[in-house]
Amino acid sequence: MQLEKSLPSAERSPPPGAAMPAGISRRLASWPGRLLALAISLFTVVPLAVVMTSSLSPDPAIWQHLLEFALPELLRNTLVMLLGVSAGVLLIGVSLAWLVAVYQFPGRRFFSWALMLPLAMPAYVLAFAQVGIFEFTGPLQSLLRPHFDNMRWFPEIRSTWGLLLVMSLAFYPYVYLLARNAFATMGRRALEVGQSLGLSPRQGFWRIALPMARPWIMGGLLLVVMESLADFGTVAVFNYDTFTTAIYKAWFALFSLDTAKQLASLLVVMVLVLLLLEQYSRGRRAYSQAGRTAPLPRLTLTGWRGWAACAAASLVLLLAFVLPLLQLGYWASRDFANQFSADFLGYAWRSVLLSLLAAVLVTLIALVLAYLVRRDGGAVVKLAARVATIGYAIPGTVLAVGVFVPVAWLDNQIIALLGLGGEVTAVFKGTLLAMLLAFVARFLAVGHSAVDAAMNRITRSHDEAARNLGVAGWALLYRVYLPLLSGGLFTAVLMVFVDVMKEMPITLMTRPFGWDTLSVRVYNMTSEGMWDQAALPAIAIVLAGLLPTILLSRQQDVA
Amino acid sequence: MNKKIALMAVLAALSGVAAAEEITVYTARAEQLIKPILGVFEQETGIKVNVVSGSEGPLMERLKAEGSNTPADIFMTVDAGNLWQANNLGLFQPVKSAALAANVPVHLRDPGNNWFGLSVRARTIFYNKLTVKPEQLSSYEDLASPKWKGKLCLRTSKKVYNQSLVGTMIGSYGPVKTERIVKGWVDNLAAPVFADDTKMLEAIGAGQCDVGIANTYYYGRLLKTQPNLPVGLFWANQKLDGVHVNVSGAGVTKHAKNAKGAVKLLEWLSAEKAQKLFADIDMEFPANPKVAPNPVVTSWGKPKQDLINVSEAGSKQAQAVMLMDRVGYK
Repeated sequence: MQLEKSLPSAERSPPPGAAMPAGISRRLASWPGRLLALAISLFTVVPLAVVMTSSLSPDPAIWQHLLEFALPELLRNTLVMLLGVSAGVLLIGVSLAWLVAVYQFPGRRFFSWALMLPLAMPAYVLAFAQVGIFEFTGPLQSLLRPHFDNMRWFPEIRSTWGLLLVMSLAFYPYVYLLARNAFATMGRRALEVGQSLGLSPRQGFWRIALPMARPWIMGGLLLVVMESLADFGTVAVFNYDTFTTAIYKAWFALFSLDTAKQLASLLVVMVLVLLLLEQYSRGRRAYSQAGRTAPLPRLTLTGWRGWAACAAASLVLLLAFVLPLLQLGYWASRDFANQFSADFLGYAWRSVLLSLLAAVLVTLIALVLAYLVRRDGGAVVKLAARVATIGYAIPGTVLAVGVFVPVAWLDNQIIALLGLGGEVTAVFKGTLLAMLLAFVARFLAVGHSAVDAAMNRITRSHDEAARNLGVAGWALLYRVYLPLLSGGLFTAVLMVFVDVMKEMPITLMTRPFGWDTLSVRVYNMTSEGMWDQAALPAIAIVLAGLLPTILLSRQQDVA
Repeated sequence: MNKKIALMAVLAALSGVAAAEEITVYTARAEQLIKPILGVFEQETGIKVNVVSGSEGPLMERLKAEGSNTPADIFMTVDAGNLWQANNLGLFQPVKSAALAANVPVHLRDPGNNWFGLSVRARTIFYNKLTVKPEQLSSYEDLASPKWKGKLCLRTSKKVYNQSLVGTMIGSYGPVKTERIVKGWVDNLAAPVFADDTKMLEAIGAGQCDVGIANTYYYGRLLKTQPNLPVGLFWANQKLDGVHVNVSGAGVTKHAKNAKGAVKLLEWLSAEKAQKLFADIDMEFPANPKVAPNPVVTSWGKPKQDLINVSEAGSKQAQAVMLMDRVGYK
């Protein structure tokens, strides 16, 4: 519905090449699209530019200190985190997706959607709940302690392994969702082809299904890597120092804004390289679905194999969702009367409204961007799309400052221009608009990955057929792509919705007066170490994310 | 002129500015600890107080970016290190107020009267009552001695409270001795450093470690919910320079639109009624010496305080952070 209104010119655009020779007109006609793509990338480029422009001269004392005592460990830690979490989410996400998409085992239908539930749980909440359960003072060790001489044998949760486990459990749904969808649409067919070539199901998985699902799996993995790089809340619970921690330290503890900006610039460059590598490795291979057919029957896992699959899925769901939710529930119950008030409904309502607005806006922009990439296919647009999605890898607070500074600057210019100094303090800053722009900068990657994945599935023959019927330009988007993309768009809306519900630093920095949300509430409580009081708003975030998550899971469960 | 008024009306509608007297407070103090107190002020005076909460770093960036067009009249935060930094960035204006001068002791406010401490917290030693006798304890320095090997718990060095503690130690003992002490602490750790004081106090209570350093009000809050926790409070450095104290405080922003109202609010916050509320809601020590702490806090005794001006912590903060990095205090 929204789309129809936003693209009124679609029907009126003239068919390309009406008057001029075809080559020139095509070249000219592609520029408005390129400019639009570049304009969209400005949402991210401007905040990044603010963050990255520092005096070029490094502060020698601080840099020497960082090089000697901090950076080597930080870089090692960051690398360990990225590799460990990637391995974790691939192992959990891909294997569960394969099981659920191709096999029949006890509880499969339930797990198929339930394994998405951890998406609704913010990583920092999962972290403080898991630490709460497994640490020395937690219920598990307290229960065991009387029965043992000492508890030194019990693994320390506040360790690198604990962090990797928690992050993998928090982030695997991104990979699971996209991989399950890919396997569901082509997994069993791949197996069938494999069988005809004399491959066992296992060989079929490694040699046919996995390579075919690669772009979707990589799309999910890329989101995970970016989110891990940007993370501050989860690593803070584990006191694990990463590159992001160093940026914060340089900025807010050593008070060297320049050093912080130089570190942030390095981070941006690393992410760009990562993105380009991914794009390069994908190469020119085309991935599109070879037509829909009736789903093939599932392979049934019998006997212990079936129960083993069920146990594996149960274990993941238990650790990533059920146990932490129980722990939160226990904390919340200790202080429920004090926490639940009329204010609380306000926090929840604002969280939901904000997430919904941001989700629709981000999805619309992601759609336009994905369409431009497909129509143009040139380097300029591709680069613009890549840059536009970097915001997801930038630490939230850094991005929040990057958005706030230019908005405040613009306000100051307008106020000075109109001569209203002293009487008016704000034009755009502190409005919902500024906040939503910041969310676009942050979450375009999430919307883009979902829309782009769906766009990938539309074959070139669709385009040709449409063109033969005289449908081109924006009309192609509106008449042909949109119906085919509706699933991907819905996915984008839901994923961004859930992500905005969980978001904290940008909400804190850019929210209008009185616009406290559930995550602001969680922040206020956890910043004072009041875990009991943080539990109720945290549960509310999970619950609010639950419905979209279930919808997402159902909607994507095409086969 | 009419045009200007119309424009203002539009902008006012856009940004939601209302006409009655208002004071806007940017606070890095958690909202739940400050809002009840500001609510009483609103009731008494009829002045509306807008609160924007956030963490101190981004809030300072926000003030910087807004420049002369900031809506903030007051910036409030915990820790003298943060207050010193805000002052260093030129975010405050000096305030001349007889009431504030009378209510807030000299060592708890900025020498140039740019900010004022509003509540006091001591960072001292806590111990497990079942395994440690208070006679075994003496000073922060003593916690570095080998007798506490494998028995000490600390909060992360990323928390400004520890940076301020080490900063004032550098002021008192010099960098060399301080580095030796902090190194000794790290060698004595029983567990990875904790993300917050509450968890650390619970760890002492559960016997994961015997001793640790924390702010007093966390202990007060914890006792409210777990009165039987076997954790005791020991006033550190009583035979030396006194226990390390820090403040939460506030100042009037340089570009305050309602500076008069802001000063009025600060004066009100430093007076007896608000100080009593501070003392009771958060179990802190009142900054105003005329006001008695909460009975629970009084029961801990009256410690000798380190009278080094708390702003010292700010000027030494970066030095303290680097020192802690060097000895591997995470």
